[in-house]
Amino acid sequence: MGFLDIKQATKSYGSVEVLHGVDIAVEEGEFLVLVGPSGCGKSTLLNMIAGLEDITTGEIAIKGQRMNGVHPSKRNIAMVFQSYALYPNMTVGQNITFGLEMHGTPKADRDKAMGEVAELLQITPLLGRKPGQLSGGQRQRVAMGRALVRNPDVFLFDEPLSNLDAKLRVDMRTEIKKLHQRLGTTIVYVTHDQIEAMTLSTRIAVMNGGYVQQLGTPKEIYDNPANVFVASFMGSPSMNLMEGVVRMQGAEAAVEIAGSSGVPVLLPVNVAAQRLDGQTVLLGIRPEALTDPDGADKNARRIVTLSNVVDVTEPAGSDTFFTTTLAGKDTIGRMRADAVAVPGQVAQMAINMDKAVLFDPTSGDRIR
Amino acid sequence: MSVASQDNAMKTGRAARVFIYVFLLVFALFYLLPFFIMLVNSVKPLSEITGGNMIALPQVWTLEPWLGAWSTAQIGVEPTGLRPYFWNSIKMVVPAVVICTAIGALNGYILTKWRFRGDTLIFGLMLFSCFIPFQIVLIPMARILGILEISGTTTGLVLVHVVYGIGFSTLYFRNYYAAFPTELVRAAQIDGAGFFQIFYRILMPSSGPITVVCVIWLFTNIWNDFLFGASFASGGAAPMTVALNNLVNSSTGVREYNVHFAGAIMAALPTLLVYIVAGRYFVRGLMAGSVKG
Repeated sequence: MGFLDIKQATKSYGSVEVLHGVDIAVEEGEFLVLVGPSGCGKSTLLNMIAGLEDITTGEIAIKGQRMNGVHPSKRNIAMVFQSYALYPNMTVGQNITFGLEMHGTPKADRDKAMGEVAELLQITPLLGRKPGQLSGGQRQRVAMGRALVRNPDVFLFDEPLSNLDAKLRVDMRTEIKKLHQRLGTTIVYVTHDQIEAMTLSTRIAVMNGGYVQQLGTPKEIYDNPANVFVASFMGSPSMNLMEGVVRMQGAEAAVEIAGSSGVPVLLPVNVAAQRLDGQTVLLGIRPEALTDPDGADKNARRIVTLSNVVDVTEPAGSDTFFTTTLAGKDTIGRMRADAVAVPGQVAQMAINMDKAVLFDPTSGDRIR
Repeated sequence: MSVASQDNAMKTGRAARVFIYVFLLVFALFYLLPFFIMLVNSVKPLSEITGGNMIALPQVWTLEPWLGAWSTAQIGVEPTGLRPYFWNSIKMVVPAVVICTAIGALNGYILTKWRFRGDTLIFGLMLFSCFIPFQIVLIPMARILGILEISGTTTGLVLVHVVYGIGFSTLYFRNYYAAFPTELVRAAQIDGAGFFQIFYRILMPSSGPITVVCVIWLFTNIWNDFLFGASFASGGAAPMTVALNNLVNSSTGVREYNVHFAGAIMAALPTLLVYIVAGRYFVRGLMAGSVKG
């Protein structure tokens, strides 16, 4: 029994079901991020938690109270919208206290609460201004202030950073995380940005096509994706997926793929794969697991070194990304910035097979 | 329109400039000529008009025709002047405009922010009411006013104009509110504002331009209406337009053209005033509605 319980919640518009039996239990103080491509149902789910959309079947409960049919204002939630949704005709101060006013809080208490929140978010000098006179980052703070002042059980964020420029987005991300650590509030946060999801959350729900594909900590999601969708959606650059055939090497299983010169490469995997001998599988390798031999993880048990042609290099300053051909496909690796790699020439590469994952090529599900 | 043309104004040569100004000036004069004649003749003694020169400035300036038209001229059979009818029109137009605008704003709010099954159909039907010719409803309307026992009264006229005006005001406000961010309404809902609180506190303060457009449109139409006034409120409750007609058509005595001109200007003044005061917002509101909607 969680703090926020979503049990078998579905949502249909007419005969079209857009959310299919979602089950998520959020503990108190957790930072849950719903992430997925557009149209995956993440915003719909958030609106259902907020009470802005009806729940077709199933149940949503906050603090053990069933919330189906309860008006948004009676759920003790607060929401930060993508467009901030600040009331244009009111000052910042009025925007922040509007919710308290509607709930009948006396003026003195409202002003006190407003002062505290403004202090916390460092927007005290802005209280008398109209939203139209604020910059994007300031509006963002005011929108958060409006949510904080209510002291709600659950905070809902609907892509709050997507309207900001890249630098400000990173700053506000840190700020939201700080705020969460300081206040210990329960947050449900919707985004399509997988980096935001990884950096902010204590747990992530990856959604696609109205299903929760995987629910877990950022590390679980990243290292142990449940299927091909989660593997390729999370991480940037995304995971390399290549087709290979399982070959047994005594007791150890290995996946055979084609190298750049067509020479087969055998990659041992940490999966008990006797049953798959001779079958085709999808091998998933993250870019950082394909690197130069000196950059490879010294603690890894299965490191495979190979010589392969480097097609393209992309120095990013801190690292150098490179493209090479494995299993007939462009494969992205990441090496130390100091490692030498010349496009068109053969270089030594190391693959950390501890981190490799296998998927069923037809269903896309993980093979463990 | 002036806003848009300024933005896309092209650089023109001196000759073109001169041509444009002359052209515009000629047309402005052409359109102002009738008003000039009305104004000039309304401050002349009758003898100067009957003497033959309508276009000349008056030799003797007098306000007599204005005073006559206002308080002593023969309207039908009573020598009351236009004064009581002017107040009739005010008593008709103000409540009608206020009620229409209020209901139109509420309708627009509901049709855009509280969608329900069949809302587009209802909006379509309301829109349809804008296109029903006045003549068609005359007889059914007379019957209904009779049943409600308000035929021949200003109240009856207010009802008629409200019924006709709601279609337009709903159209205006619906299109305006369609561009109003729904997230604001949702935020207010979460903040605990109710149906009417959202309307008063969130939508209304942002509705200035469209309210002005709606008020100007309704005011002009209702003030200038003659058919409904003549059909449903002849006699003591007649509005200004009907009274003006009676003034001009009264068959007793000499035709006092100067008084007629003064009366006609009086009948046109309120709409003129509304345009001068709120015309700037009219253009702005129209643009806002059309571009965003």
